[in-house]
Amino acid sequence: MEEFRTLIVDDETEFRETLVSRLQKRNLDVTGAASGEEALKIMKSKLFDVVILDIRMPGGMDGLETLKEMKKIQPLAEVLLLTGHASVESSIEGMKLGAFDYLLKPINLEDLMTKMAQAFEKKNAHDQKIRKARIKELLRFPGRVLEFDKEDEKKS
Amino acid sequence: MKTSLYQALQRKIIVITLIVSFAPLIILGATIYRLSAQMYRTKVEEQIEYRAKAQAEAVDLFLKERTAILAAMADTHVYRELVDEKNLSHLFQVMNLRAGAFVDLGVINNAGQHVAYVGPYDLKGLNYYQQPWFGEVMSKGTYISDVYVGFRLIPHFIIAVRRQEGDNSWILRATIDPDIFGAIVRSAQVGKTGDAFIINAEGVYQTRPRFEGQILSPSPLDPSLFGGRTTVLERVGSQGRKTYYAGSWLKSDKWLLVISQEMAEEMSGLLATRTVVVFLIILGVIGIVLTTVFTTRLAVHRLKEADEKMNALNVQLMQSDKLAAIGKMATGVAHEINNPLAVILQRTGWMQDLLQKEEFQKSENFAEFQTSIRKIEEHVERARKVVHNMLGYARKMEPRLEDVDVNATVNQTIDILENYARINNIDIQTDLAPELPIIAGDQAQLQQVFLNLISNAIDAIDKEGAVAVKSVRSGGEIHVAVTDTGPGIPAEHQSKVFDPFFTTKQSGKGTGLGLWISYNIVEKMGGTITLNSQPGKGTTFTVKIPIVVPQKK
Repeated sequence: MEEFRTLIVDDETEFRETLVSRLQKRNLDVTGAASGEEALKIMKSKLFDVVILDIRMPGGMDGLETLKEMKKIQPLAEVLLLTGHASVESSIEGMKLGAFDYLLKPINLEDLMTKMAQAFEKKNAHDQKIRKARIKELLRFPGRVLEFDKEDEKKS
Repeated sequence: MKTSLYQALQRKIIVITLIVSFAPLIILGATIYRLSAQMYRTKVEEQIEYRAKAQAEAVDLFLKERTAILAAMADTHVYRELVDEKNLSHLFQVMNLRAGAFVDLGVINNAGQHVAYVGPYDLKGLNYYQQPWFGEVMSKGTYISDVYVGFRLIPHFIIAVRRQEGDNSWILRATIDPDIFGAIVRSAQVGKTGDAFIINAEGVYQTRPRFEGQILSPSPLDPSLFGGRTTVLERVGSQGRKTYYAGSWLKSDKWLLVISQEMAEEMSGLLATRTVVVFLIILGVIGIVLTTVFTTRLAVHRLKEADEKMNALNVQLMQSDKLAAIGKMATGVAHEINNPLAVILQRTGWMQDLLQKEEFQKSENFAEFQTSIRKIEEHVERARKVVHNMLGYARKMEPRLEDVDVNATVNQTIDILENYARINNIDIQTDLAPELPIIAGDQAQLQQVFLNLISNAIDAIDKEGAVAVKSVRSGGEIHVAVTDTGPGIPAEHQSKVFDPFFTTKQSGKGTGLGLWISYNIVEKMGGTITLNSQPGKGTTFTVKIPIVVPQKK
């Protein structure tokens, strides 16, 4: 599996930490965040390919709101929603907002990793398209190279 | 229990209505009859009294006329003249010509010697001195006798007047024809049972009565009962029937003219009235009974229907309330269970990851650890499945909208179950309405509903029987009924069959979630699912789905 960066957002510490440990053990670049706010803060300083987001996080920022904010910060990151039965409707709502898919808790690691890989693939394909589009544009308007460079700098 | 309650109500209404309507009817009928009977009786009595009085006057007049004629004849002739039988015969002829009813005429001198006689009997020369009437005439001047047999041995009566001619006094005596007299009296006889006769103060017949009794024989009537001028009595007559007797005294209260009439004949008009009244009342009673029974039955039937409808509605309402509450609770519980399950699963996964390290592989309990972890995962999976099943319907909160052919879905479901049914000797019959509309819905979910219902039906029958699947269009709904020939669902279980985890199957064979899930699926489609079960006969589950026409793409 190709190396990709994953952010796990879940307020259930036990769950989040175990999942992070297990994924790290499988040599993935995984970061954990305990709340929506924390996740947004991290995303402002680091780019992610896949985000795993628990949709039901009482107390802090709600999953769907977090999703909306994430899409503003990193529109290209694919988001996988984690949900219990009670929040399936929210997941569907989330998918309308641009989430890649949703998974029902409790999840088994293999399923999760498969979904993550699919998400990453999609993100990759998307990136490729963008790159191609850019090249086309560059060929047409060579003068814009400078502007793109600036944008890239900002992102990283 | 319920039926008898309605029957009791019906009985009560009928009884009260009948009493309330019969009472005035009967009271009214009886009162009208009594009043009219009284009026009628009064009228009859008045009539018979009038007839007795009129007849008595007529008879009295007859006697007075005869007496007057006789007196006039006596006064206008002298003894000498009349002793001559030629003259007497002439006089007799004149009298009979003008008045009639005289049988004979005779002259009696003051010694009681019958000195002259005209008539059919040989009475001349007889001496009446010893006769009681002789003295009477001599002292009173006129005399009308009672009927007696006399010398001629035939019942008759006489009128006699005394003429005072200077020192000599003599008597002119005539016999009244009893036949003519009797005919006059009898002219007051009316109808088949009416009679008219005369009795004297001793109750002896003076004329022949129409029925029993002879002239001069004693009558059963006691004349002393008749007071005043005219009296009406009511007595049991000779035939044992009630009879009216109207008596009117005449001839200076010596004779009593009696007119009798059997009450039954007189009252026949009233009897006809009574028959009509009774007939009308009976007709009314029959009408009231029929109407009352009919309307009451109708009303109670309607009431029962309304009650049943209401009960069914209440049951359905309570059911859906209950299931909604259970659903809400189950969802909450499921979520709370899922979270720890998720953690447990991750933790065991982590443990398994760690076990891959070499240091653990060497441990003597390595196999034990692995088994334990596998067992934990297995049971987490089991718990997860229960929760998933319980909320299975919720997995697809928004059912997919696709074109669903209900009949095809039923047939597919039956294909799946056919083998299972055949093994158990159960015949699945279908009666599917052709040309059901295609509806928009989730075929997989609908199929799950049919699968649950039909497999439940097969399980209910156990071995040998039939399952009937019927689909019909009913207004804006499609109804699919699944009927089995199983033992039916006991009444106390009927309200629970849709509850989650309610099962009567052996533990391990059924989760008790099938109907719960089916119920929720159908409800989400905007339909209902109902059951009708008669213990011992079988059960029918009916799915009613609203027809939602698919949008054109």
